[in-house]
Amino acid sequence: MPLLQLKDLNVRFDTPEGEVRAVTNMSFTIDAGESLAIVGESGSGKTQTMLAVMGLLADNGRASGEALFKGRDLLRMSAPELNRHRGSEIAMIFQDSMTSLNPYLRVEKQMTEVLAQHRGLGRAEARAHAVEMLAAVRIPDPERRIRQYPHEYSGGMRQRVMVAMALLCRPDLLIADEPTTALDVTVQAQISQLMRELRAASNTAIVLITHDLGVVAGLCERVMVLYAGEVVECGGVDDIYDRPRHPYTRGLLESVPRLDQPEETSLRAIPGDPPNLLALPGGCRFRQRCPHASDACTETPPLRAGGGGHRWRCFLEDGA
Amino acid sequence: MSGAVLSVRDLEVRFTFRDGGVFSPGARTLAAVSGISFDLGAGEALGIVGETGCGKSTLARAILGLVEPSGGQVLWLGENLVGMDSGALRRKREELQIIFQDPLAALDPRMTVRDIIAEPLRAFYPKMPSPEVDDRVRGMMRTVGLLPDQINRYPHEFSGGQCQRIGIARALVLNPRLVICDEPVSALDVSIQAQIIGLLKDLQRELNLSLLFIAHDLAVVRHISDRVMVMYLGRAMEIAGRGNLYRRPLHPYTSALIKAVPVPDPKLARQVRDTGLTGDMPSVLNPPAGCVFHDRCPYRVGRCEAEAPVLRRLENGDQVACHRAEELDLTIGKPSHLS
Repeated sequence: MPLLQLKDLNVRFDTPEGEVRAVTNMSFTIDAGESLAIVGESGSGKTQTMLAVMGLLADNGRASGEALFKGRDLLRMSAPELNRHRGSEIAMIFQDSMTSLNPYLRVEKQMTEVLAQHRGLGRAEARAHAVEMLAAVRIPDPERRIRQYPHEYSGGMRQRVMVAMALLCRPDLLIADEPTTALDVTVQAQISQLMRELRAASNTAIVLITHDLGVVAGLCERVMVLYAGEVVECGGVDDIYDRPRHPYTRGLLESVPRLDQPEETSLRAIPGDPPNLLALPGGCRFRQRCPHASDACTETPPLRAGGGGHRWRCFLEDGA
Repeated sequence: MSGAVLSVRDLEVRFTFRDGGVFSPGARTLAAVSGISFDLGAGEALGIVGETGCGKSTLARAILGLVEPSGGQVLWLGENLVGMDSGALRRKREELQIIFQDPLAALDPRMTVRDIIAEPLRAFYPKMPSPEVDDRVRGMMRTVGLLPDQINRYPHEFSGGQCQRIGIARALVLNPRLVICDEPVSALDVSIQAQIIGLLKDLQRELNLSLLFIAHDLAVVRHISDRVMVMYLGRAMEIAGRGNLYRRPLHPYTSALIKAVPVPDPKLARQVRDTGLTGDMPSVLNPPAGCVFHDRCPYRVGRCEAEAPVLRRLENGDQVACHRAEELDLTIGKPSHLS
């Protein structure tokens, strides 16, 4: 049984302007210990997909379809039932550590609370475990640091505390939403390295939500590319980077400035902007920006399959 | 450098504040920018990179007089802007413009695109007839890739990339000679970011603009800059031509920054690239003695703790603030699967 299986997940928001279709017919599976990246730009639906899974959609949001965690549908669970899974079996790390930590509570209180709630540990035991976890994410002097408040930590250290908290109950699934985006590049490298090591040391499956194709390359085995709420391509990380099939994936890779290419290499921007989620075009949602678009693209493009689970949604047989 | 349009000399920006509340006796000083000197030629693009708190944005604001420098000079065409009275400084802003990071926040939501782009014209040329203002605005919209028939629309009707184009149009409508770009693309999605980088590069070439391009993203800076300055805790660590800086950096901090940039290639990314850095960035309030980078530097020697290195010029014209620059070879290694 897969650890998490999404079947035709749809997420809609009711707004004064009309219905926003944030996620359309999303299906994927993730097995124990696997790492999957969900890549996309603003408004592609990558965050809303996982918020729906966690039961954290905003009040005007509605999710339909199925999100089976160990075979049980998270979308149909009562709040208390969901709470037993959240924070213990499924943990989430957010982009902004300052807003995710409680500024009024010492780090110790915030960490031991999780352990008391989900694992019923006593105070001393929980504290020892929390200190151990802070040491594991390389917080220097954890015995002293655990007594401090979040604002006494640097941005990079706060993000490491977030990672430590998420891993406290040894979750089966870790959802990391842009965990390094707000960090400086040298700190980002530290956190990425930390996540790689923790992944190697545990059997935690990771879903990494990001717009940064550089971070994905070093961290994930599989990649799913989203555009305007739909999966346009998915596959193994090497297939996606070396043999991208969908014109959007290819465009995205060519528009990233990178240091491993000669400095004269010019960036190939994707013209135009993503479509309005209030009024999505029929057929291929990328067609207005696609260099290969033809009349056929006004129909829904077929899902094509290459080897090794590589799939893409395009009329072109071998993609761009 | 002869032919420099902008020469910054020993620029200092210090902020004084009271630590521990308004009634505490001692005032403390934070040196946001310390002893920065550089030249910028006509039509040249200088990139300024560094991490949070390195002083890069404060430097930009000090050059424009938006924060008051505590010392040093900002020579614009030979004339010192530091200490200039506000009226005279304001007139200089016709030649010196800035583009900000968050395109939507930088635009007044109640103004139409016409009014936003025309605002600098109306401020500097209040007598310019409206049809001429309109012509200039429409021309500018075409230049930055906006449709002139959208002139009556409001900012919220545009995407993030288009809003940044509006910001660029507003900055260029007075035909400035220097444009300071403060993280102009970091709030944009990557496919849109490439559009704006391309636009800025084209405009710089066509209009022979001098550009100060401030960003934290080293790969973005490499695309647009002729030379690059690396800042750390308010100081310049290195100023070098882009080819040299990215291939063989002179300062250990530059090398660490470059190695930390994630490469979108799974084979390369799987190889662990150690930045060599230890610890976290110290507080600007309490910078280390000697070289400000010494406590994190893998190459430090006794001298680095005792003596602050000055920014000095090497034979090829590149500048570095490191005692050991000549003896270190910090060439960025070829990834092993390519060699």
